[in-house]
Amino acid sequence: MKRTDFDVIIVGAGPAGLAAGYVLAKEGISVAIIERGIFPGSKNVMGGIFYRSSLDDLIPDFYKEAPIERHIVEQKFWFLSEDSMFSTGLRSERFNIEPYNCFSIFRAKFDKWFAKKVADASAMIINETVVKDLILEGEKVSGVRTDRPNGDLYSDVVIVADGVNSFLAKSLGLGKEIRTNDVAIAVKEVIELPDKVINDRFGVSNSSEGVTIEITGPYFNNMRAMGFIYTNRNSLSIGIGAVIEDLVRLKINPNDLLEILKKHPAIKPLVSGGEAKEYMAHMIPEGGYYAMPRLYSDGVMVVGDAAMLVNSIHREGANLAIESGKLAAKTYIEARKKGDFSKKTLSSYQKRLEESFVLKDLKTYKNLPKLLEEKRYLISKYPKFIIDSMYEIYNVDKVPKSEKIRLIMNRAKKEIGYFNILKDIFNIWRSFR
Amino acid sequence: MRIEDKLYLVGYNVDEDESHIGVSDPEECKKCQGRPCTYICPAGVYSYDDKEEKLSINYDACLECGTCRIVCSFITWKYPRGGFGVQYKFG
Repeated sequence: MKRTDFDVIIVGAGPAGLAAGYVLAKEGISVAIIERGIFPGSKNVMGGIFYRSSLDDLIPDFYKEAPIERHIVEQKFWFLSEDSMFSTGLRSERFNIEPYNCFSIFRAKFDKWFAKKVADASAMIINETVVKDLILEGEKVSGVRTDRPNGDLYSDVVIVADGVNSFLAKSLGLGKEIRTNDVAIAVKEVIELPDKVINDRFGVSNSSEGVTIEITGPYFNNMRAMGFIYTNRNSLSIGIGAVIEDLVRLKINPNDLLEILKKHPAIKPLVSGGEAKEYMAHMIPEGGYYAMPRLYSDGVMVVGDAAMLVNSIHREGANLAIESGKLAAKTYIEARKKGDFSKKTLSSYQKRLEESFVLKDLKTYKNLPKLLEEKRYLISKYPKFIIDSMYEIYNVDKVPKSEKIRLIMNRAKKEIGYFNILKDIFNIWRSFR
Repeated sequence: MRIEDKLYLVGYNVDEDESHIGVSDPEECKKCQGRPCTYICPAGVYSYDDKEEKLSINYDACLECGTCRIVCSFITWKYPRGGFGVQYKFG
């Protein structure tokens, strides 16, 4: 008889793997989640914003018990130039009423909590164990080889949730080696400050309300770089990610880029006087739809970052991971009824993803990574033009407004060119079709 | 803050017996033009010793992001053994 230790083995206890494990365990399916850290979360990093809706389906009102920092009431987007900052964003009381849109969190704490819920649902979590390889029987994945003595484990299906580096998806030939243009490296610092100081600096009325700032612009030397500041209860998460290709081109270390961000006159007063508590690094898959690996094969499905399911434009990742984990679990449940775990049956995982917001969103932005790869100036030249134009308008110096507008139009013509502006508008419009 | 100072903030369970990073062909480091590993790593794990003509790898500082293997196909980076390596408090 064929040996199976578990119905399903999940590799990696991040949001994708844990969500899959939760759905399966609730159905009474025997499931093991294999995690290389000493506890789930101990290796896990993100900027820090977690959207409610995907997890709320699994654990209604989870935020009332989960370790969250603040719910977000204001989201800003800042464009920085050498000496200026142009801000846009939205603060709304609609974000200040339950059940809230999103939260700042720490993954080491949050994932640990989530894993406890999954274990309580009777999934087995095996910590401190690295999966070295998938075990194949013919074409079909039938288990995993771990770094434990006699560490082979067998199952009907393996769900690959081993994160952005996903050695397993590559070993199966589902994914290609990652291109330096398809992935960003992000570094982050947690900076401790008294909660009252944070409330004052970010203009919120109490320590449960939070603010996010996303930061880009010409200050970052024409790089595809995105900085961020998120408010936690007693600390700030400040970080920056840049596409690896751009860092290599300019020979910049990610930590130096973070220090450059912290020195900007609009950023410095926000973090001053704080004490650094932790420093971390993590890659972010940014290649989008076209950089995705194949998502399934005989006896295997790929979820979360391992499947490159990240919407970097909207800094969404964990929610896509959770959704993909859920859909993989549902696919398994359906396949189990048929007693068939072949590629053909598991292909409905792909279909479910296509029908969900996950692949719909990735498709909407599918051309954007390439557009920005070819036209990096879109995120530097235009913000610079806006900043310089607004300076012109705000600066009262006896020059008549009609003359100022003429100067601005002249600069648009000289620095970018009318025809180029039309071309760029057309290209952006076309990329969304 | 310099990387060296930030790494003091990070918790590690160092695997004293086994490095999880290597180079498949050290001769390639001698020929390598830009040596991107020496400036791209967020933990400053890699430095090149010109006198010894050798890449020095301070694997116990690794933050396990994997960037090095994206920029260099000769670096054989894998996950540390189960339970070893970086341990975040916040993450």
